[in-house]
Amino acid sequence: MKDKFWIFKIPNISYRVWKVFKRNKDVFMKTYKTNFIPSIIEPILYLFALGFGLGGFISVINGIPYINFIAPALVSVTMMYSSFFECTYGSFVRMYYQKIFDAIIATPITIEEVITAEILWGATKSLINSTIVLAVIVIFGLVPSSLFLLILPLSFLVGFLFSTIAMCFTAIVPSIDNYSYATFLFITPMFLLSGTFFPITSMPEILQTASQLFFPLSNAVILTRSLALGNIQFSILLNLAWILILTPIFFVLAVNLMKKRLIK
Amino acid sequence: MAQEILVKAENLTKKYGDLVAVDRINFEIYKGESFGFLGPNGAGKTTTMRMIQGISPITQGKLTIAEMDITKNSREIKYMIGVTPQEDNLDPDFTVIQNLLVYARYFDIPKEKAKEKADELLNLLQLTQKRDVVISFLSGGMKRRLILARALMNTPQILILDEPTTGLDPQARHLIWTKIKNLQKQGTTIILTSHYMEEAAQLCDRIIIMDHGKIIKKGKPVELIKMHVGEEVLEILHNKETLQFLKDTFKEATIEVVGDKIHVFANKPRGYFAKILKQSSFKGAVIRDSNLEDVFLNLAGRSLRD
Repeated sequence: MKDKFWIFKIPNISYRVWKVFKRNKDVFMKTYKTNFIPSIIEPILYLFALGFGLGGFISVINGIPYINFIAPALVSVTMMYSSFFECTYGSFVRMYYQKIFDAIIATPITIEEVITAEILWGATKSLINSTIVLAVIVIFGLVPSSLFLLILPLSFLVGFLFSTIAMCFTAIVPSIDNYSYATFLFITPMFLLSGTFFPITSMPEILQTASQLFFPLSNAVILTRSLALGNIQFSILLNLAWILILTPIFFVLAVNLMKKRLIK
Repeated sequence: MAQEILVKAENLTKKYGDLVAVDRINFEIYKGESFGFLGPNGAGKTTTMRMIQGISPITQGKLTIAEMDITKNSREIKYMIGVTPQEDNLDPDFTVIQNLLVYARYFDIPKEKAKEKADELLNLLQLTQKRDVVISFLSGGMKRRLILARALMNTPQILILDEPTTGLDPQARHLIWTKIKNLQKQGTTIILTSHYMEEAAQLCDRIIIMDHGKIIKKGKPVELIKMHVGEEVLEILHNKETLQFLKDTFKEATIEVVGDKIHVFANKPRGYFAKILKQSSFKGAVIRDSNLEDVFLNLAGRSLRD
């Protein structure tokens, strides 16, 4: 790694990514019956506690019933949590405790391919869990627009971005306990300040801008909410564009940082 | 005798920052032979293995495998290598058979062919009964055997064994040795590291002894023993008078005090000690065949390594 620009090196990947992806899928399929329940219980609890409970006091936000306001945001939160935790705790266990990456790179598969597969898997977990939560809120009649189907590809994209960010943390944490910093310094503030439970416009302007720049969830919430409510404004293209710009940057960073951690 | 060179290292060097783990080593491994890297912990054996596998980039020098440069063709090289790593890295989320099948997928082996091969290998390594058992229910010996089976899934030309029997009971160790010998008979080139000298003497046609990242000796095990310590070693209980007597009698020999024993390495043909011992009697005098361990301790010294 004498190369000065190693961190910006474009990953060299092939179809072999799918072989690693399939490994994670096979493990998931063995345990999916017990696996997916915890990941959807949480958003449903929020829906009841905040939507029905708190919603009794705040009946309307921007002309929308409170429960309809937070329901799409809970899908976005699911995108974030399922992919972020897959590529932090999940990947760390596979890398550090189970030594699975070591076993795989002894075969014709490269570390770049392994990390790409992990990130794709994180995005897929986002898609799977978001689909379930979305189905629940559709059944509750909280999604008036048929544009909601576009939330599914969005969940994959947003999940991909959060997986790459998570993988950057995985590349630098000394031990699994250090993820708590990522959680309370990044994930929890993002969860609360991304226009999830109250409109972003009720914050000071500088915080609004910061939220949109530094919290990808903020952009995801606007996109999801617009699609669920059928309230499409031109400005949401900017939110989408920002996600599309960040994704390849963090992808390249994640792969190269992991390579630096693992190839010695 | 013209032998085909399969692995060739020229001034092979690996540095981790300022630490030189492997220091300009040169060696050639012939096709079909069994080649051992010996040395204490931290000698650079595993680092050398990892460079041959193409998972640790070389710092300087040149390493070619089957005439391919490791820095350019590592993917092609990995297709022809099977590895048993020092640490168990079986996939704990899968059963025995799934471990083999998932691994086969990484090598692009078609599913049907992989199933056939996996069952054949489970049979070979006496794991058929454990076919559908999850990894955590296997004993240490079974795990090592499964790792060997996994390394053979791609029918490798080169089998790299990094301390293949560390921590195993004698039965399991002998089973693995037998399998390795059979594989070599069938034409597989074996590269192994070990700090068990007995293992190296049993399995290897030629060995390299490494220390501090350098090669300190290379050759055939039997020749190294003959050359450095002679065929026999004399061991006698230690006391001052005996030691003085031995020093006077065996003027050119290497005499070492180890614990409560004196070791005499005379570097003389068989029968030399017996002749002299006839003339005097000593408490606890034993003449035994010298082995690689004697060579190793003579060359590398007895101080502890971490």
